[in-house]
Amino acid sequence: MTLLTAPRPDTLRTEELLVNMGPQHPSTHGVLRLVVRTDGEIVREAWPQIGFLHRCFEKVAESVTYAQVTPYCDRMDYLASMNNGLAWCLAVERLGGIEVPERAAYLRVMMAELNRIASHLLAFGTYALDLGAFTPFLYGFRERELILSIFEKISGGRLLYHYPRLGGVARDLTPELAGEIRAFIAQMRRAWPEYNELLSENQIFIKRTANVGVIPAAMAVAYGLTGPCLRGSGVKFDLRRAKPYSLYERFDFDIPVGEGIKGEVGDCWDRYWVRMREIIESLRIIEQALDGLPEGEIQTKVSRTLKLPAGEVYVPCENPRGESGYYLISDGKTSPLRVKARGPSFNNLSITHALVRDVLIADVVAIVGSIDIVLGEVDR
Amino acid sequence: MSANPPASPPRTAEQMLREAITDPRELTRYLSYLDRIKSEGMGTSVMVAPLEAAINWARANSLWPLTFGLACCAIEMMAVGASRFDLDRFGAGAFRPTPRQADLMIVAGTVTHKMAPRVMRLYEQIPEPKFVMAMGACTIGGGPYVKHGYHVVKGIDRIVPVDIYVPGCPPRPEALLDALFKLQARIGSDRPLAARWSKRAENELTGSARP
Amino acid sequence: MTPQEIHARLTERFGDAIGPWTEPERGDPHIAVAPGSLHAVCAFLRDDPELKFDYLQLISGVDWTDRLSSVYHLMSLSHGHGVVLRVDLERGNPRVASVADLWPTADWHEREAWDLLGIVYEGHPGLRRILLPEDWEGHPLRKDYAAPAAYHGVTNA
Ligand code: SF4
Repeated sequence: MTLLTAPRPDTLRTEELLVNMGPQHPSTHGVLRLVVRTDGEIVREAWPQIGFLHRCFEKVAESVTYAQVTPYCDRMDYLASMNNGLAWCLAVERLGGIEVPERAAYLRVMMAELNRIASHLLAFGTYALDLGAFTPFLYGFRERELILSIFEKISGGRLLYHYPRLGGVARDLTPELAGEIRAFIAQMRRAWPEYNELLSENQIFIKRTANVGVIPAAMAVAYGLTGPCLRGSGVKFDLRRAKPYSLYERFDFDIPVGEGIKGEVGDCWDRYWVRMREIIESLRIIEQALDGLPEGEIQTKVSRTLKLPAGEVYVPCENPRGESGYYLISDGKTSPLRVKARGPSFNNLSITHALVRDVLIADVVAIVGSIDIVLGEVDR
Repeated sequence: MSANPPASPPRTAEQMLREAITDPRELTRYLSYLDRIKSEGMGTSVMVAPLEAAINWARANSLWPLTFGLACCAIEMMAVGASRFDLDRFGAGAFRPTPRQADLMIVAGTVTHKMAPRVMRLYEQIPEPKFVMAMGACTIGGGPYVKHGYHVVKGIDRIVPVDIYVPGCPPRPEALLDALFKLQARIGSDRPLAARWSKRAENELTGSARP
Repeated sequence: MTPQEIHARLTERFGDAIGPWTEPERGDPHIAVAPGSLHAVCAFLRDDPELKFDYLQLISGVDWTDRLSSVYHLMSLSHGHGVVLRVDLERGNPRVASVADLWPTADWHEREAWDLLGIVYEGHPGLRRILLPEDWEGHPLRKDYAAPAAYHGVTNA
């Protein structure tokens, strides 16, 4: 009866276990699979396995016309479909030398920023959900629904919009809708402190995220991190400022970076906090866009069977998750020779293996959640 | 909005007992229970219904979905569970993280060849009775990826049996709610005690995918 | 620095391994690099203090039907300039040195190019498929690829 005798330290045996997290797991944000090597509660190593949502975007893009690619781009990062559609249109427009009316560029900026807020709100809600808090999820969706109803009125869709079109945008802004956007800005400003009371300053939340998953700036750059993940590590790099597109150079906004308020610079809390502050900055941009919205056309004429001159182009854009862009090669036909999509989540996720070393299982959830991935653009 | 079948005129508990119980001795016994309940002043709180109806009522109004999102459609599914649409109102808001506690699988998003075996596994892990909802064009037939998507499964009914299809790309939350009502109505007409379930189980044991 | 100035620096240093400068009519210019020198060129670009390309944006494989290419988009966060490198590879035997030791982010990008186009990155720490399942046949982004009729019993038609 060896089991009944008290184990002596020298006969105690521990074993490392390989465990699968996902692809169906409540906190992996989609179909991500993490293979983790655990020693008790400690995760020694984690290998992300991806491709469960590989929808062959790049092959599809080679087989359809330029205009038809746009809705597929919406489905890449489906939480920021305005931004993705915009990135594609910018690439095609630059290679084709298509001029976009100023009013359309302003509308694009406005919608892209609204979508950034919607995306950050969802990140806020799901991150809290990952860490075991349900209420923030409901709060986040409350304001997000306001944005969705604005989007619905201007594009007809709640989630996937197909709003930026080659050479312009699909529909114009009506005065009533402008009023609705202003009302949203006011509501969001009212709700923001509530969010912070609820989550940002919550002691449990801080304990779970501060000093967890620290990414030093050099490491962030080496792994090609962009967006809030890079800025959370204190690197002030934002493509809207560094390589302005769609008239972003006309707007005044700050670039929030991680400052290590609750722990070390580059921890999960910093990444979270960068997102929260970006919401406020986006509100400022939207306000400026509403105030300065020029009159005029919203669409230049673009042929349905557009042929681009032979050449290649890559226009990086700042999406809610980081640098997103389409590397487009044309050989003069009606569909591209090659489209390579750069999704920020793909690069951001690739740091997981280096980051998750000797941490608690609960921290793995906190770390992966703070990277805020969307599997649609990881797997494409 | 609800698609429940029209209610038949109400019958008293006594009428139903007289119809259902043929053995006179048994009937006397049940009627005496009824009398006793009435004499104690609880007459209005007694309902007599066929067991199947009671089971169906319970099942239809506590569908627990599996927390399981695949792609864009999953975001709309989350929206249905959140503030504005509040799936909880219809008894289907208790999202379970494990298939063993769930009875509704909402397949929301694109199923790929790499994911297909996992979807099948999850389906198998859900205990009976289980229901499958195919949400979105992708799960119905490959959606936008049907032509060039070499890695996309062109409809999940190729791998698991489907109870209800919800079209859209993505379907609106209202569409998902409507599908839920339709499913609830269908469950209402199920015969859970009839041989159907054993037939279905047998099919599954012998490996034919459709019941 | 403009891409043309970077091209001049590279030619000065690597001579024939760098292709001639061509200014495209539209779109972005690129610098052609001989496959054998790619790693040295990248190391130089990364470490030279005036160039300092610390950020690899993306690696893309391209199938031109007569040859394959591997394209590198580089950017320098400190100097704010960017450059595009392209190596042309034989379609029958596409091999080029891996740059995963210079920029860790290259790891996944190279695996993806191997997965979808079959480009072999020599010296890569673990060149496996990344998006498709291990037992998938063929490289889908090759122009002559035909989708399988069925995969593990699930038909595709
Ligand atoms: S049906 Fe449309 S929205 Fe739903 S997963 Fe497919 S592409 Fe996305």
